[in-house]
This record gives sequence, C-alpha cells and structure tokens, in this order.
Amino acid sequence: MRIGSVAVLVKRFAGALRDLAPIILVIAFFQIVVIRQPFPDLAGVALGLICVVLGLALFIQGLELGLFPLGEAIAQAFARKGSAVALLAFAFCLGFGTTVAEPALVAVGGEAAEVAAEAGAIAASEEARESYAFRLRMVVAFSVGVAIVLGVLRILKGWPLHHLIIGGYALVTLMTLVAPDEIIGVAYDSGGVTTSTITVPLVTALGVGLASSIKGRDPMLDGFGLIAFASLTPMIFVLAYGILL
Amino acid sequence: MEFVILLLKTAGSTLFDVAPIVIILFLFQAVVLRRRVPHLGRIALGFVFVLLGLTLFLVGLEEALFPIGETMAVQLTSSALGHAASAVARWDDYLMVYAFAAAIGFATTVAEPSLIAVSIKAEEVSGGSIAANGLRVSVALGVAFGVALGCLRIVTGTPMPWYIIAAYAVVILQTFRSGRNIIPLAYDSGGVTTSTVTVPVLAALGLGLAASVPGRNPLIDGFGLIAFASVFPIMSVLAYAMAVSAIARLRGPKTDQGP
Repeated sequence: MRIGSVAVLVKRFAGALRDLAPIILVIAFFQIVVIRQPFPDLAGVALGLICVVLGLALFIQGLELGLFPLGEAIAQAFARKGSAVALLAFAFCLGFGTTVAEPALVAVGGEAAEVAAEAGAIAASEEARESYAFRLRMVVAFSVGVAIVLGVLRILKGWPLHHLIIGGYALVTLMTLVAPDEIIGVAYDSGGVTTSTITVPLVTALGVGLASSIKGRDPMLDGFGLIAFASLTPMIFVLAYGILL
Repeated sequence: MEFVILLLKTAGSTLFDVAPIVIILFLFQAVVLRRRVPHLGRIALGFVFVLLGLTLFLVGLEEALFPIGETMAVQLTSSALGHAASAVARWDDYLMVYAFAAAIGFATTVAEPSLIAVSIKAEEVSGGSIAANGLRVSVALGVAFGVALGCLRIVTGTPMPWYIIAAYAVVILQTFRSGRNIIPLAYDSGGVTTSTVTVPVLAALGLGLAASVPGRNPLIDGFGLIAFASVFPIMSVLAYAMAVSAIARLRGPKTDQGP
C-alpha cells in the first residue's frame, strides 16, 4: 500500500475515534460521578471498542474507495440521461441494496429478534430469531427502495415535499390504531435506523445530482427530502407487516 | 478462541449482506450504462475494506456497544432503586437515567460529521440567516430532549403512539408556519442525527431500561428511543428557523424574508 493511502487510513481512524469520543466521555462521567461502581468486564468492552473504531474506519475508507465513486458515477449518469424507467429501477435497487447492508439495521434487527424470542412472540431457537431478523430487514430494505422511488418521482414531477410527508404521517397514525402493540415500537424505530452510513451519502448524491440536472429544480429545495422519505416508509411497511402477520 | 469464531461467523454473514449492493452497482454499470468499471483494482480493495470493517464493527457492537448501553441502564436504575424499594416504578426515581440519555443524545449529535456538513450548507443557502452552529445546537437539543422523553415514556409505560402522533401534529402545524426553504432540511435532519454508533447504544439503553424497571415489557416498552431521536430534531429545527425569522421581523422591516 502506498504512503498516501496509509495517511488517509490514519485520518479515518481519527474520525472514528471522534465519533466514539462523546459517548465514551459521557459514560465515563456518569460512571465516575454518579454510579461509582466498577464497570463489569472492562477489558472485554475495551477490546470491543477497539473493534468498533477499527471497523468503522476501514468500513468508511472502503466505501470511499469502492462504493461511493461507483454509485455516484451511476447516479449522475442517470440524472443526465437515461430513461425514466431505468432511473426508477435504479432508485429502487439503490435504496434496497444500501439498506440491507446498513450496520445499524443489522444491529437493531438482531436485538428486536432477541427480545421477541424472550417474550415468546417467536420460537426461542436461533433459527427462528435469525429468520425474524432477516424478514424484518427485508421489509425495511424494500420500503427504503420504495421511498427512493417516490422521492425521485417527486423530484421529477416537482411535487411539494410536505404534502407527501404529512400524508405519510396520517397513514402511520391510522395504521398505529390497528397494528399489534408488539410491532409498534420496532416499526417506529426502524425509520431512524435506515438512514446512516451507507444510505445517506449515496442517496444524497442521487437526489442532488438529479435536482441540479433538471431545469427549474433547486438542489436545496428538491435535492433534500429523499432521506425524509427513507425514514418514513419503513414505519409504514413494518406496521403493515405486523398487521398482516 | 471464542472471539475468533465470532469474528469468522460475522465475516460470513457480512459477505452475504454486502453482496446485493455490489451486484446492483456492477449490474447497472454493465447493462444500463454499458461502460467498463474504471479503477477496478481500487474498487476491489475498497470492497475488501468494507467487508473487513463491517465485520469488525459488528463484533465490536456485540462485545462493547450493546453491553455498554445495557449496563448503563441497569446500573443507573439500580442506583435509583436504592432509595425507593417499591415494586411500582415512580418516574422521579429515574432522574439520572433521563440526564444520561439527554447527555448521550446531545454529545453524539453535536459531534456528528454529516450534521456539520449539512449545517454549513444550510448557512450558505440561507444567506447567513441560519447560523451553522445554531442549527447544530438546535438539532442536538432536539435529540437530547427526545431521548430523555423517550426514557420517561419507558419508565411510565405510557403508549408510544400518543407521543409520536402528538409530535407529528406539532410538526405539521409548524410546517404551515415555516419558510419553504427550511422544510426539506428540517425533515432530513431527523434522519441524519441517528448515526451508526448512536443507534446501537440507544437501542440497548431502551431495552435495558425496560428490562430493569418493574412492570415493563421490553418488547412493548423497550423500543422507541430512536424514533424519538428522529422526530424531535424536526421540531427543534423548525422552531429555530421560526425564531430566527421572528427576531428578524422584530428588529426592523428591512428584511422581508420570512414565512
């Protein structure tokens, strides 16, 4: 590896440390000032934190090297030319593909499955838990795909964002009334989970690229908003999943 | 040894997770754009990094972030139960939990890189009427308040839909009173605040809290902190923008930007 790329990697480690620092500071403060008890298995947690920092740095560096240039080039090429159908197909695939691999979603899906197993909502075997987590992730990924399609349609047509979002809120409210209690918490949380490391940069690239290449669209006004859709549709789809199940 | 097995198992499932996006990107590159992939070697190296990084992150999640969230919930609630050994949860026994949640929410959000980038852009676009730091602080306050309120909800066991629907109603009312430029930004700021490191800690905190407060069911009460952390920033950003334009109106009629 060249010296330049090593330097970049070191910068990523510093970035990952900076992400983690506020959490560690707050926890250290509460441990020392409020709780004043020994933290159990400190060595194991420290090892895990090192894994988190190393992993996050490598992951982001890998995204910058591989996924982002590839994704951005395709998004921009589509924004400039190409049929609307192909663009929408790409939008769906982008939303679906990036969400399936989203680390925060993997984390929450696993946690939700564990809780559901402990509460007896699903069988306690590892197989049942894995299939529950897997289906949850598929539903969320599918819904993000739909969200990006909707968002791209909105940019193409110039629909006002808040009409769609308010309509979505109304739908969430109505579905909450009929959905089973156990799914509501998971469903609401799944909205915030989907939009982190992988999804945001790629989706923003698509939105801003589209808005700047279409005449009469303002990148500020029309380029944003895809993330808002991607946080809304997972709630609707997970609630629907809970109702239908 | 156990650690190595966990590492290998995670690596296997990570490969499976990353495959879809890789296939999608290459497929579109080849079929639709009909172009050769440029810098193939660098991109391949990038995917190796993504795989390694995701594997390490997920292992660290299992070994550190989840246990931290749970342990903090358990330790903070047990110190609360020290002076109130009743079987019924009283909301004011858990003040330290709310303080901890608010501190975590505020600290992680202020340091969030994607939020810093977005707020600088917002300052540019608004011609300086929205200050980057003001936006960052208002998002962070929104997250802090949301997470603390979410913990209060878990302790009291009140149904989450009430809170979320009420929050939506406020957001909708604010939307009609706000300038058109700020709306997409405000809606997006709800999504960008919940980063990859914050989400697992909050999820574990909520579940740990629901497990240790008497009378709470983790499946029904344990979730929701992330949802709270996503809704309240929308509200605080809209409120911030409204405050900025109200102050501008009070100071004098020469600026006619506003709702």
